[in-house]
Amino acid sequence: MSPVVQIKDLHKIYESGEVPVHAVRGVTLDIHRGEFIALMGASGSGKSTLMNMLGCLDRPTRGTYLLDGINIDELDRNELADLRNQKLGFVFQGFNLLARTTALENVELPMLYGRHRHQSMEQIRERAMHCLEIVGLANRFDHFPNQLSGGQQQRVAIARGLVNEPQVLLADEPTGNLDSKTSVEVMGVFQKLNDQGITIVMVTHELDIARYCKRNLVLRDGVVVRDAPAEDRVIAEHEMKRLKEAEAAAKLTSAAAAN
Amino acid sequence: MPRTLLKLLLPALTGLVVLAVWQAVHEFLSEEMRFLLPSPGAVLQALVDHRATLWRATLNTTEGALLGFGLAVVVSVLLAVALSLSPLVRTSLYPYLMALQMTPLPVLAPICVIWVGAGLRSVALLTFVIAFFPLVVNTTQGLISTDRNLVELFRLYRARPWQRLFLLQVPAALPYFFTGLRIAATIAPIGAVVADMNAGSSAGDGGGLGFQAVIFASQARYPALFATAATTCLLGFVLNAAVLALAWLSLHHWHDSYERADR
Repeated sequence: MSPVVQIKDLHKIYESGEVPVHAVRGVTLDIHRGEFIALMGASGSGKSTLMNMLGCLDRPTRGTYLLDGINIDELDRNELADLRNQKLGFVFQGFNLLARTTALENVELPMLYGRHRHQSMEQIRERAMHCLEIVGLANRFDHFPNQLSGGQQQRVAIARGLVNEPQVLLADEPTGNLDSKTSVEVMGVFQKLNDQGITIVMVTHELDIARYCKRNLVLRDGVVVRDAPAEDRVIAEHEMKRLKEAEAAAKLTSAAAAN
Repeated sequence: MPRTLLKLLLPALTGLVVLAVWQAVHEFLSEEMRFLLPSPGAVLQALVDHRATLWRATLNTTEGALLGFGLAVVVSVLLAVALSLSPLVRTSLYPYLMALQMTPLPVLAPICVIWVGAGLRSVALLTFVIAFFPLVVNTTQGLISTDRNLVELFRLYRARPWQRLFLLQVPAALPYFFTGLRIAATIAPIGAVVADMNAGSSAGDGGGLGFQAVIFASQARYPALFATAATTCLLGFVLNAAVLALAWLSLHHWHDSYERADR
C-alpha cells in the first residue's frame, strides 16, 4: 500500500516580514498507515510550520505533498478544505471544546459541515457516540466540558478528531496542558487508537511523551536531523499500572510512618 | 444558624433599623416640618388609600417599560450582530449610538411628543432609547470576544458564517448579553417613569407612575408621593428578578459564574 503521506523536498518561506524566514528547508518524508510519529524540536525548529502544512492549513512554498495519493498543489481552497475534513483529524493543546455544549455535541461538530451534511441526525449521533466509546467516555456523553477533568476533556477532543474517520490524526502538543499522570492516560488512548490501525502524527517537545510513539522525528532549523524508531518505547497501560503501584506503596509507607 | 436563614434575616433586620430611624427622624421634626418626611405608617396608609390609582399607574408604566425594553432587546441584538461583523462598522456607528445615550431624556421627551404624541408611545420610545445602549454595547462585545482558538477550529471545519454565529458566537455572547440585560432592566423602569413625567398623558385611563408623581407633588400629597416612590422601586425589583431568573435558566448549566455542586 502506498504511504498515506508523501512529502518531497518541502520548503516554506514566510515573506511577510522585512527578512524572509525560511521555516522549513527541504523535508522529505513518507508516513505509512499505522505509524505513530512524534515530531520534536525546539521552538523555531519548524515543527509547527511542518505540522500546519501536513494539516493542509498552510501551503508549501516549494516541494510536493501527496495526501492519500492526492497532490494538494492541484486543489483550490475549497477542495483543499474538503480534503482536510475528509482525511485529517485534529487534536489541540487547549482542547478547544465549546463550553455550553455537551461532550456528545462537541464530538458531532465536525460532522455538521461538509460531506456529512446529507447524513441524518441519528446517523451523526450514532457515529459520535461510537467515537466517545472508543475513548472510554460514552457514559459521560451528556456532561458539559466544565464537568469533565482535563484528561477527559482531551479525550472528548480526540473523539471529535476521530469522528470524520480520518486517514491521519494530527495532534499538536496534546499533553501540553496536562499533568504527567493525565498525560499517561491520554497517551494510552492514542496508543489504543494506533493499535486499531489509526495513523497518528503528534507534535511534542517532551521526550517522555515521544517515547510512547513508535517513530521519532527531530527537526532543527527546518530540516529533519533525526528519524529513528522510539527508544525504550513505553506502553501507557504498563506505566499506569506502575504509577498506581507506586502510589499505593507511598500510601502504605506514609501510613506506617504515621503509626 | 443556616446560611439561608441568615441571608433572609440580615436584610430584614436592616429594613427594621431603617424604619426605626425613619420614624425617629419623623418624631424629631417639629410639628409643622413633619410634612418633609411622612411617617412609615402614613406612607403605608397612602399606599392603601391610593391603591387603585397606583395599581393602574403601575400597569401603565409597566406596559411602557416592557414595550421599550422589548424593543431595545430586539433592536440591540440585531444591531450587535451587524456591529460584530467588522471594526469598520463599529467605528462608523459607535459615536452616534453614544450620542443617543448622551442626550438626557427630559430633552428628548418633547421631541418624542411632537413625533409620536404624548402617552404610551412616547414612554415606550424613550425607555427604548435609554435601555438600548447597555444592551447593544455588551452584546457586541460578547460577539467579538469569542475564543480565537475556537474561531480557528470553526474555520478548520469549514463552518458557514451563520453556523459560526449561532453555534459559537451567540452562546459565547450570552453572559455579556445578560449583563447588558440586567443593566437595561434596572434603568428601563426608571426611564419609563422619567419619560412619563415628561411625556406622559392622562388621556384614556390616566398616566403612569411618573405622571402620578407629578400630580401628587402638585397636590402636596407627600405620603402618596412616597408611596409612589416605593411602588416604582418595587417595579424595578420585579423586572430585575425576572432577568436574573432568565439568566440563571440559560447559563447555570455551563457557565463558570454559577457555582456547581456536581463537579
